[in-house]
Amino acid sequence: MLKLFKNFQKKDIIYGLISILLIVAQVWLDLKMPDYMSEITKLVQTEGSRMADILKNGAFMLLCAFTTLVCAIITGYFIANISARFSKNVRKKLFNKAMDLSSAEIKEFSTSSLITRTTNDITQIQMFIAMGLQMMIKAPLTAIWAVTKILNKSWQWSALTALAVVILLSTVAIILIIVLPRFKIVQKLIDKVNNVTRENLTGIRVIRAFNAEEYQENKFEEVNNKLTNTQLFNQKAFAIMQPIMYLVMYSLTLAIYIIGIYLIKNSLMVDKISIFGDMVVFSSYSMQVIMSFLMLAMIFMILPRANVSAIRINEVLEKDISIKNGEQKEAKEVGTVEFKNVYFKYPDAEEYLLENISFKVNKGETVAFIGSTGSGKSTLINLIPRFYDATEGEILVDGVNVKDYDITYLYNKLGYVSQKAVMFNDTVANNVTYGENGKEKTKELVKKALEVAQATEFVSKMDEKEESMIAQGGTNISGGQKQRLSIARAIAREPEIYIFDDSFSALDYKTDATLRHELKKYTKEATCLIVAQRIGTIMNADKIIVLDEGKCIGVGTHKELLKKCSVYRQIAESQLSKEELENA
Amino acid sequence: MPRPRNFEKAKDFKGAIKRLFKELNKFKVLIFLGLILAGFGSILAIMAPNRLADLVNKISDGLVVNTKNIELITNNIQDSLNEDNLKTIIPQVLSVDLSSNNISNIMMNNNISNIDKEALQEFLQTSNSNDLLINLSNLPKSILQEILPNSTYNNISISTTDKIALLKLINNKDYTIPDALIPILFKDFKVDNVNITIYDQAAFISLLKDLNKDDVNMLYQKIDEMPDNIKKVIEPTFDIAGIKKIVIFLIGLYLLSALFNYIESLSMTIVSNNFARSLRSRISKKINKLPLKYFDKNQTGDILSRVTNDVDTIAQSMNQSFATLVSAITLFLGTIFMMFKTNFIMAITAIASSLIGFSFMFKILGKSQKYFIARQKYLGDLNAHIEEIYSGLNVVKVYNGKNDANEKFDVLNEQVYNANRKSQFLSGLMMPLMNFIGDFGYVAVCIVGALLTMKGTISFGVIIAFMTYVRLFTSPLSQIGQAMTSLQTTAAASERVFEFVDEKEMLDEVNIHEKLMRSETKGNIEFANVEFTYDGNTTPTIKNFSAKVKSGQKIAIVGPTGAGKTTMVNLLMKFYDISKGDIIIDGVSTKDLTRENVHDLFTMVLQDTWLFEGTIRENIAFNQENVTLDQIKNVCKIVGLDHFIKTLPNGYDSKISESDSVSAGQRQLLTIARGMIKDAPFLILDEATSNVDTRTEELVQKAMDKLTEGRTSFIIAHRLSTIKNADLILVMKDGNIVEQGTHDALMKQKGFYAEIYNSQFEL
Repeated sequence: MLKLFKNFQKKDIIYGLISILLIVAQVWLDLKMPDYMSEITKLVQTEGSRMADILKNGAFMLLCAFTTLVCAIITGYFIANISARFSKNVRKKLFNKAMDLSSAEIKEFSTSSLITRTTNDITQIQMFIAMGLQMMIKAPLTAIWAVTKILNKSWQWSALTALAVVILLSTVAIILIIVLPRFKIVQKLIDKVNNVTRENLTGIRVIRAFNAEEYQENKFEEVNNKLTNTQLFNQKAFAIMQPIMYLVMYSLTLAIYIIGIYLIKNSLMVDKISIFGDMVVFSSYSMQVIMSFLMLAMIFMILPRANVSAIRINEVLEKDISIKNGEQKEAKEVGTVEFKNVYFKYPDAEEYLLENISFKVNKGETVAFIGSTGSGKSTLINLIPRFYDATEGEILVDGVNVKDYDITYLYNKLGYVSQKAVMFNDTVANNVTYGENGKEKTKELVKKALEVAQATEFVSKMDEKEESMIAQGGTNISGGQKQRLSIARAIAREPEIYIFDDSFSALDYKTDATLRHELKKYTKEATCLIVAQRIGTIMNADKIIVLDEGKCIGVGTHKELLKKCSVYRQIAESQLSKEELENA
Repeated sequence: MPRPRNFEKAKDFKGAIKRLFKELNKFKVLIFLGLILAGFGSILAIMAPNRLADLVNKISDGLVVNTKNIELITNNIQDSLNEDNLKTIIPQVLSVDLSSNNISNIMMNNNISNIDKEALQEFLQTSNSNDLLINLSNLPKSILQEILPNSTYNNISISTTDKIALLKLINNKDYTIPDALIPILFKDFKVDNVNITIYDQAAFISLLKDLNKDDVNMLYQKIDEMPDNIKKVIEPTFDIAGIKKIVIFLIGLYLLSALFNYIESLSMTIVSNNFARSLRSRISKKINKLPLKYFDKNQTGDILSRVTNDVDTIAQSMNQSFATLVSAITLFLGTIFMMFKTNFIMAITAIASSLIGFSFMFKILGKSQKYFIARQKYLGDLNAHIEEIYSGLNVVKVYNGKNDANEKFDVLNEQVYNANRKSQFLSGLMMPLMNFIGDFGYVAVCIVGALLTMKGTISFGVIIAFMTYVRLFTSPLSQIGQAMTSLQTTAAASERVFEFVDEKEMLDEVNIHEKLMRSETKGNIEFANVEFTYDGNTTPTIKNFSAKVKSGQKIAIVGPTGAGKTTMVNLLMKFYDISKGDIIIDGVSTKDLTRENVHDLFTMVLQDTWLFEGTIRENIAFNQENVTLDQIKNVCKIVGLDHFIKTLPNGYDSKISESDSVSAGQRQLLTIARGMIKDAPFLILDEATSNVDTRTEELVQKAMDKLTEGRTSFIIAHRLSTIKNADLILVMKDGNIVEQGTHDALMKQKGFYAEIYNSQFEL
C-alpha cells in the first residue's frame, strides 16, 4: 500500500498534511466538548447560576461545535480531492501500463483481472483513502488523547473502561473468527447458485428435451438451501454484535456511575464535587475511547482488503514491459514478410510452441496457415505485430527485423483482423475507420471497405446505416456481421500486409467465398497472411503452410500438399469428400 | 458508516412495496414480532436516558450536606447554651467568692493595679443587676483570678482558668470550651439515632466558630475535620435505596432492550433470508415454466442478475430498512410526544433548532444524489471503455489506436474524478453536520431551558430531560432518510424480480390425456401444412410445409447461419407451438401430447455442448433413472470415450468443470453418449462445426453416425458432404424452407442449395 502512496502528488501531500492538522484540531475540539457540556449541565443544575455564564458556555460550545464542523468540512474537501485525484492518477498510470503490456504479460494477468484491477481495485483503494485514512489518523489519536485525559482520574474507572474495550474487541474478534471463513463459503455458494442458474439457462433446450426440469430444480434447491443456511448462520452471528455493543457501552456508563458513588462516599467532603465532575466527564470520554477502538477494529477489517487491491495494482505497475520499441522508420522492401529460423516459447515455459519456422512471403502473395488446434498457427501470425517476440530467430517485415521498427511505423503497414472480432461502442463508420495510419479515411473509403467485406447489405438495413451505433462488445450484431466489420476495418486501413487470424470462421461458405473473391480483386498489390480452419477458405492460396505441434510439416499449394502431406490430406478429407476434393 | 448506494428508483414505488408486503404475508408473524420489538426497543431507548438522568440527580444529591441535621445539632447545642440555662448553672459553677475577706485581700494586694481594683469596686456597686455575669466577664484577669478560686461542682473540680474560659464563652468571644466544663454545659443528644456526645458538640462549635458563611469550600474542610459521629449525620448521604432501584431498573432495561434488539435482528434475518431463498427458488422454477421464446428475447446475464444481485439487494436492504424504519419512526414520534408532554416551549425549541439543521442537510443530500448518480454513470462509462480497450488490446495496438484510447480515457477519467470529488465531499459532510445539529440543539435547549428556569416556569429536571430528547430526536431523522433510500433500492430490485416471476407461463396441459410410450413409438412423423409465425410478425416464417417421414429416415436441414434452422428444432420439440397445420407422430397429433411426452420421444444433441458441473457419470446419465454404470460404459465405448475416461484420475466419477482438460470434441462426445443413453425413437442432431481439431472431428462424426442408426433423425448440417445421402433435405433461408428434396434433385434444380454447395469450392 505504501508503495502505491508514492503516487500522491505534492499538492496531495500538502492537502494531506493540512488535513492531519485539521483532524488533530477536530479531535481536540471533540474532546473539549464534554467539558463544556458538563459545565453547562452543572450551571443549569446549580441554583442561582447566572444566565450570562450559561450563555457564555453555550456560546463556547457552539463555537467549538462550529469549528469542528468547519474543520471537518475542510478536511472532507481535501480528502475528497486527494482520494479522487489519487484514483484518477493511478488509474491513468495503470491504463497506460496495461496498454503497453505484451500479450504474454496480459495472459499472465488475464484480461478480466486487468479490468478489475483498473476499475474495482482502484475504487477499493479510493474508498479506503476517503474513509479509512481519516479514521486511521482520528481513531488512534482520539483513543490516546482521551485515555491520557482520563487515565489519572481513578484507576478503577480506567480498569473498567479497559475491560469494556477488551470485551468489545474480543466479541468482534470472536464473531469475525467464526464468520469470516463462512463469508468465503457464502461467496462460493453465490457463485454456485449463479452457476446452476446459468447452467439452467444455457442448457434450457437440453434440459427440456430430457424433461430434466425437476432434476435441475433439485440441484438448485440444494445450493439454495446451503446458501440460505450459511448466510443465516452468518447474519445470526452478526445480529448479536449490535446488542452486545450497546449493552457493554451502556453498562460501562452505569458501572462508572456506581463506582463513582463509592468513590464519592469514601472521599473527603472537599473532593466529592470534583469526583462527581470527573465521573460525568469520564463517562463521556470513555465512550470516545470505546468508539475509537471500535473504529480501529473497523480499520483492521477494511485495511486487508484495500491492501490486497494495492498489491494487485502494484503487480501491474511494476511489471517489466518485455516489448521494447525500436527506432527504424524506413523499410528496405515492400510487402514482404520473412521468418528466419524462428523459435518461440513463453518466458517460463519449457516446451517450444514454434520450432524452426522459416518462410518468405512476397508482395501480393497469399499465404495460408493450417493445422489442428494448438498447432501454433495463431501464435505464429501474432509474432508479426509483436504481440510476442520470437525467442530465437528473426522476423522481417519489408526486409527489417520487426524489433527494430518504431512500432507505430510497423503497425501502419499492417491490416490485422483478430480471431475474435473486436467491436467498439461507436458508429459503424467509426468502427471501420478506427485507429490512425497517417491517412485520411473518407466516406467513400468506408463504403468501399464495407462493400468488399460483404457488409453493405446488413449495414444498409440498420436504422442509421453507417452511423448506426454498435453496442459494447458488438452485442447488437451477429458474430458473422462482427467479423465482416472487422475485416472492413482492415481494408479501410489500406495496408501493405493483411493478417487474418481465423477471421472467416463465423461466415457461411457462400459469404466466405464471395468476400475472399472481392478482397483479392480489391487488394491485388497487398500481401495476405491467412490462418484458417476450413480447407475451402485457403485452397486457392499461393502457398499453404501446414503446422503440427509447432513445426512446419508442409509447404506448398493445395494440390501439392494433397499429394505429399498426410496431415493436410487428413484435414482435407475430414471436411470434403474425395470427389469434392478432386472436383475443386 | 453510511456508504453511498447505487441510487435506483423503482418505476412504481408504491406498487412495488405493496407487492413486496403481499409476498411477505407468510412471514407476517415474524415480521410483526420484529417490528413490535423494534418499536419497543425505541420506547426503551426513550425511557433509558431519563432514568439515567435521575440517577445522576440522585448522585448529585449525594453531594449536598445534610443542612437539616446541621441545624438540628446547632439548635440542640444552642438549647444547652441558652441564657436561662446558663444563668442558673453558671453562678453555681463559678461560685464567685465575693466575701469581704477576699475583697479586702484583693484591695491589699500590691500586685493588682489600681485600675483593676477600681473595676472591682465598680462591679461590686452594680453587682445586683441582671447583667451580673456579663459584668463579671468584663473584669480584669487579675481580679478574676482572685474571685474565682478553684472549686468543685457536682464533684467536678473546676479550675480558675476554666472559669475564665466560661466567662469568655458567655461573652461570645471564644468557643474553646475547657474540657472540665463540657459535661456541665452539654448534654448528649441523638440525631438520626446517632448519639452526639458532649465532646462532639464541643468540637462542632469550636470548628464552626469562625466560619465564613459564603465559603463553601471552608465549610467542607471543617466538615472533614468534625468528629465521626457528627460527620455521620451531617455528611451528604446517597439515597442508596433509590439508587439501587434506578440501577436495577436500568440494568433490566438495558438487558431487555439488548434482548429485543437481538430477537428483532434475528427475526428480520430469518425473514429476509428465507424470503430470499423462496424468491430464488421461485425464479429457478419459473425458468422452467417460461416458453422458450422468452429466453430468445432476454439475455442470460439479465436473468442471472435477478437471481443473485436483485434477490440479494432485497434481502439485505429489507433486513436493514424495515426494522430501522419502524424503530426510527417510533423513536421520532415518541420523542416528539415526550417533548410536548414535558414542556411546550422547550419542545418547539428542540424541534425548530434541529429542523433548521435538517432542512440544510436534506438540501445537501438532494444535491449529492445528483452527483452520486453522475458518479455511477461516469464510472460505468469509464469501466466500459477500459473493458473495451483491454479486451480488444491487440486491435487497439495494431491500428495505432492507443492515442485515441488515451484521449477518450482522459476525458472519462476526468469526468469520474469530478463526480467523485463532489459526491465524496458531499457525502462526507453528513456526519459532521449531524453532529453539529445535535450540538446546536443541545445548546439551544440549555439556553432556553435556563431562561425558563429563571422565570420559574420549569424545573431543572426538564432541562436535563430535554438534553437527551434533543439527542434522541436528531438521530432517527437521518436513519429514516437512509432507510427510505434503502427502501427505494428494495423496491427497484423487487420490481425486477416480480416482473420475472409474473412473466406469462406456458399453457397448462391438464386437458391432455393422450400418451405415446417411448418404447412403443415406431418413429413415423408427418408434417401437414405446418405454418409458423413468430409473435409480432405478420408474415409466417414457415409456411405450408408438408412432408412424410418414415421410421429410420434421415432428414437434413441446411442453410446459412441465421436461416432459422433452430426454429425447426423448436417446432419439432414443441418448444414453440405451431400456428397452423399439424405435426403427427405415429398417427397422433403433437397437439394432443404433452410437451413432456414429446420431449420424451426425442433425443437431442446440440452443437453448443452443454455439460454441467458434476461427474462424467452424472453428465451422461443426467436425469434418466435406473442407468447402470455398465450401460454408461457401454455407450462410452461406442462413441469412443472409453479410453479418455479411463485416463482421468477418478474415471467415470471425475468432475467436469469449465477449466478442465475436457476438449471441445470430448465434450461433444459426452453429449452424444448422453443422447444414446436416452434411446428415443427420434433424434435431433446439430452437427459440430470446425472448432474441433481434425482427429477428434472424425471420432465425433463416427459417433454421430452410430447415434442415427435405427432412429428417425433430423440433422442440422454444416458440412454438406455428410448429408448427401439424406432421405430429405430441407433448405432454409431467412427463416423459410425455400427448397426441399434429395441431394440429386436439389442439385438439378440449380437453386439455392446448388449455389451453397458449389461455393465450398470457390475462392
